[in-house]
Amino acid sequence: MDFANFLIQLLNSLQYGLLLFMLAAGLTLIFGIMGVVNLAHGSFYMLGAYLAWFLASQFDSLVLAIVVGTLIAVALGWALEWLLFRHFYHRDHLDQVLLTFGLIYIFEEVRSILWGDDVHSVPVPELVNWSIPLTENLSYPVYRLVISAVCVALALGLYFLISKTRLGMKIRAGAFNREMTEALGINIRLIHGVVFALGVALAAIAGMIASPISSVYPGMGSSVLIMCFVVVVIGGIGSVRGALVAALMVGLVDTFGKVLMPQIAGMAVYMLMAGVLLYKPEGLFKQ
Amino acid sequence: MSELLLSAQKLVKRFGGLAAVNDVSVDLFRDRIHAVIGPNGAGKSTLTNLLSGDLPPTSGRITLNGAETAGHSPESISRLGLGRSYQKTNIFLPFTVWDNVRLAAQSRERHAPWNPLRWLSAAAGMTQVNQRCERAIELAGLTQRSQTVAATISHGEQRQLEIAMTLATEPTVLLLDEPLAGMGQAEAESMIALLQKLKKDHAMMLVEHDMDAVFSLADQLTVMVNGQVIASGTPAEVRSDPLVQAAYLGEEH
Amino acid sequence: MSSPKATLEILPKGVQALLALGAIALAAFPLIPSDSSDFYLQMLSQMMILAIFAMSLDLLQGVTGLVSLGHAAYFGLAGYALAFLTPADVPVSLWWSLPVAALGAGLAALVIGFFVVRTHGIYFIMVTMAFAQMVFFLFFDNKELGGSDGLYVNFRPDASLFGWTGIDLENKTTFFYFTLVMLVGIYAFLRRLLFSPFGRVLAGIRVNEHRMRAVGYGTFGYKLAAFGLAGTLAGVAGYLWAAQTGFVNPELMGFHMSAHAIMMVILGGMGNFAGAIVGAFAFEYVMHFFKDLTKHWQLLMGSFIVLVVVFAPRGLLGLGERFMKKKDAA
Repeated sequence: MDFANFLIQLLNSLQYGLLLFMLAAGLTLIFGIMGVVNLAHGSFYMLGAYLAWFLASQFDSLVLAIVVGTLIAVALGWALEWLLFRHFYHRDHLDQVLLTFGLIYIFEEVRSILWGDDVHSVPVPELVNWSIPLTENLSYPVYRLVISAVCVALALGLYFLISKTRLGMKIRAGAFNREMTEALGINIRLIHGVVFALGVALAAIAGMIASPISSVYPGMGSSVLIMCFVVVVIGGIGSVRGALVAALMVGLVDTFGKVLMPQIAGMAVYMLMAGVLLYKPEGLFKQ
Repeated sequence: MSELLLSAQKLVKRFGGLAAVNDVSVDLFRDRIHAVIGPNGAGKSTLTNLLSGDLPPTSGRITLNGAETAGHSPESISRLGLGRSYQKTNIFLPFTVWDNVRLAAQSRERHAPWNPLRWLSAAAGMTQVNQRCERAIELAGLTQRSQTVAATISHGEQRQLEIAMTLATEPTVLLLDEPLAGMGQAEAESMIALLQKLKKDHAMMLVEHDMDAVFSLADQLTVMVNGQVIASGTPAEVRSDPLVQAAYLGEEH
Repeated sequence: MSSPKATLEILPKGVQALLALGAIALAAFPLIPSDSSDFYLQMLSQMMILAIFAMSLDLLQGVTGLVSLGHAAYFGLAGYALAFLTPADVPVSLWWSLPVAALGAGLAALVIGFFVVRTHGIYFIMVTMAFAQMVFFLFFDNKELGGSDGLYVNFRPDASLFGWTGIDLENKTTFFYFTLVMLVGIYAFLRRLLFSPFGRVLAGIRVNEHRMRAVGYGTFGYKLAAFGLAGTLAGVAGYLWAAQTGFVNPELMGFHMSAHAIMMVILGGMGNFAGAIVGAFAFEYVMHFFKDLTKHWQLLMGSFIVLVVVFAPRGLLGLGERFMKKKDAA
């Protein structure tokens, strides 16, 4: 593999990894802070992508679609938490698994009713629809770099929010000791609502920005959910930093695996997970 | 000279920068009760966890019935003859008192999980297990309540069940973590009588806050403060130690 | 039984009677003359096979407390085993292919279990799902293993033994009775297991694994054994499914199949195997009902699942139990 190809695969790994991170960060936060496992997390990714396609065709602008879509996702996340999820924080994991599996069915059907079951493509915004030449015949699409950049920006924003703001401090306190935080007069319900909405929004945004390159199809939620789980397991539940490291590892293993050893490419990531579990059954960065 | 059954030497347990247990040594002899006392946060529970295998020590040695057990799993330490009761009642709430103790008693039957005989025979028909179970329940004074679901018995009875389960594995060394916790006067008295009875044939370590019980039961006393041993000796020696009076006993009275 | 980890282990007389009646009804069913009997015979055979699958998961989930989102992997693997073992021109003998397929699935369960059983709680759920997906992709991505299209099982297994051809599994009624016998046999085995020394240890692990270790049980070994046994029994179900439908594809090992199994077990009521049977039949019935009702059946199915979780988390048998308690109290 020559350098240009290597660079392309490396950039692809980075981009895939960062997208996975967006999803995994939401999942790991929701689990780490509220203790609820959400199998429907992949559905938010799928809904985000379909929303992006639909709104982009209405507004004729992907950027506007993403902005509006994000607002819708936040509202949806807030509503779901308020209506349903907050009653399940103290329930068995099994009940949560069942509940969210039921939600998967519901979301699938809602999407089917609203937008049908067809596969769609979303056009890349004109401004970034060009490629950087690497060699005589190889070039790299700028939009993919944009995806990575957006993910990095959001990751930094998340870091800033959690480590440097008062809201972030309250979130961390709530994760550490719920009763104490409530006793201090902090509105833990509000915090939970915010965290949940944030997780849903991150997943939806990931779906929205990825839609031009991955196309929009009904099964996209389930395939990304599995990878998301693998990332959370490797990284350690509740650790956003772990999610980042694990997502990048998965991105690298999956991308290079597909190129170098296609027959076992699908399995490579799971072998990585199995290896990690042998030494650290609770993930690399378990709190 | 009484037999040394468990010897812990220079145990250290660090959590990050904090040493919850710092250079603690304890010897447990047959027919003796060794009480460990100290204020909350002194490291008594951590020490118990180190001895029972619930936590691995950062450094130090533990010898139990001739075997090195520092850092070993709770199940292997149990099989070497250690029984441990918990401060926070740690029983099987949905099962009857009998089933609780029976499970503990069954653990002494050493068959592999995949042995087909163990899949097809009836658990209730294991005679030796049943005998062991009955003995332990009788010792703990719960015979009348055998068929009652553990979730529905009183707190004191649950503490008795806690002991019964510990005894059902027929250990030689007993680690008892606050067996009197939350008990009323009458219940405490019968528990103390039980502990006196158990002294014969067992080496016992008792973690307790009830000072009257401690001074009436203990042959040896170790006082821990902030993870370290500040005094160790007979109750009389410890009682008159000025360090102990200042740090601990003074606050109690 | 107010404790959340309590399960209904000893079946009330009413439930026992119901099960006996159900078995008799099933046995009598092929004797009823009807035009569409072939279709119903097939449907009931499939329901019985799923009941076996659900019982195997109940051993893991209801008894031992291990929630596996990847149990279908072993179901599918045994089905594929039958497909590979059946030659193009003749059927394969039942008597060695069934044990091989089931034990093969069990072996896979032991291998995967070795990695998975060391995890706990939510990790366990996630990694069982992940490993099952790995198996799914192994078959989906490889044309030699059938790929996304799957494989045909050219013949039902041959039940002849040393020349005796008493049982012809190609006959739908015979296959139905064969499946019924397997269902009843496995149920009886599992009920026996529940009250055996091994079964009691598994129940103890579910309720308080920490204390089990403290009294000297090597819980890892027991959980692994349960995982392997459950995988083997799931393999029996998968083999029967492949024989019944004549076709296997990666979906048999997929996430949806695993999730359906969980729902069947929960719907009926966990930890006693009777609930698994009830749940399998009820779940399949409800799904068929919704599918016949509307194109958008998934909405109904999803809402049904949500309602069950919110209002009947202990399943149908749990509802029955609550109803009985209210009657006693009145």
